[in-house]
Amino acid sequence: MASLDDLKKRIASVKSTQKITKAMKMVAAAKLRRAQESAEKGRPYSEKMNNVILNLSNGISDKENAPKLLSGTGQEKTHLCVVMTSDRGLCGGFNSNIIKKAKSYFAKILDEGKEIKIITVGSKGNDQLKRVYGNKIIENISFKESKNANYFDADKVGKMVIEKFEVGEFDVCTIFYNQFKNVITQIPQAQQIIPLNNEGEESSLEESYEFEPDEDEILSNLLPKNISTQIFKAMLENSASEQGSRMSAMDNATRNAGEMVDKLTIEYNRSRQAAITKELIEIISGAESL
Amino acid sequence: MSEEFKVEIVNPEKSFLIKDDVSEVVVPAFEGEMGILKDHISIISFLKPGIIKILSKSGDQNYYVEDGIVEFKNNNLSILTSTIFNLADMDKSKQQDLLKQAEEEANKTDINDQSKYLADQKVEVLKTLN
Repeated sequence: MASLDDLKKRIASVKSTQKITKAMKMVAAAKLRRAQESAEKGRPYSEKMNNVILNLSNGISDKENAPKLLSGTGQEKTHLCVVMTSDRGLCGGFNSNIIKKAKSYFAKILDEGKEIKIITVGSKGNDQLKRVYGNKIIENISFKESKNANYFDADKVGKMVIEKFEVGEFDVCTIFYNQFKNVITQIPQAQQIIPLNNEGEESSLEESYEFEPDEDEILSNLLPKNISTQIFKAMLENSASEQGSRMSAMDNATRNAGEMVDKLTIEYNRSRQAAITKELIEIISGAESL
Repeated sequence: MSEEFKVEIVNPEKSFLIKDDVSEVVVPAFEGEMGILKDHISIISFLKPGIIKILSKSGDQNYYVEDGIVEFKNNNLSILTSTIFNLADMDKSKQQDLLKQAEEEANKTDINDQSKYLADQKVEVLKTLN
């Protein structure tokens, strides 16, 4: 049995850990509110963008000559996967869930005999993926300096993806991120952004639009922007999910630490009482023998 | 019948402006300035750097934009843009910063014709603001 001193030290150390996790939980809660707000504020833009593109792509006359970002390159040989994770740890299953989703997708693609290329956004994803897929990672981006997800960063990633697409480095692009549902639930998502997957979505087009300049030119201008917008949306969802996930993880940790303190305290009290009883017995039996 | 319609400006971060008593909006469309009045035909177009003028009873407003898409439908005008500034809030130093950035971009040699054209437009518009 551990000595009284040891127990005391352990209780103190668990208590200080509990303080830290509690503080982290509070910080995450505050950040979560902000992240959630900006995710909600960002929604109109991506929805409107989607709508316009939907209307445009339905209105396009010549489907054969549609921009490649919309219709694809005609083959599906090389897949580019943009895996978006956080830069910080201690957020529960947040990063592992994305990685798990991504890995199962990689395995599927590789089984089909196709090639993959990976871009990781956020250092945690890079750390986890480089062990197995190190040679497939072509780019690693991290936005440690930016406090909040901002459009400028997303645009950088978007431009890079488009550049690679234009030189024919890949045919299909999928982004992986966590969609924020609520504090407890975040759903890992795989979303295909190139070629744009509009099937199954009905456009609300009752009347025809006038286009100026013509559809093709607008589309070819709009599609690159849409890529950045989708990436930005993923970033916003991700940052809300990260904080939510961290909050519930830290809440659990705080509770566990509390339980541990209780258990250790009982043990401490018991062994102290045992020591006292032992001393008493010694004194009494000493007195009796006199 | 009133001659007013609704305009909504959204940027990636938030809804920038919603106004529903607008009588006319002038946008710098890619093929030249375009004035939009009530009951305009449904149109989709995109913007080049320039000034959006919003005319309404409660006062006129001017905004500087660098790019964007306009969609007009059922007397709802949506403007999607990634960079927008209210001219009333824009002071000289901010303007100088933007101008400097635009000039740097315009002086790059390794850019294609379209981005060169857009950068030149930026410089031009920002200079007229002085």
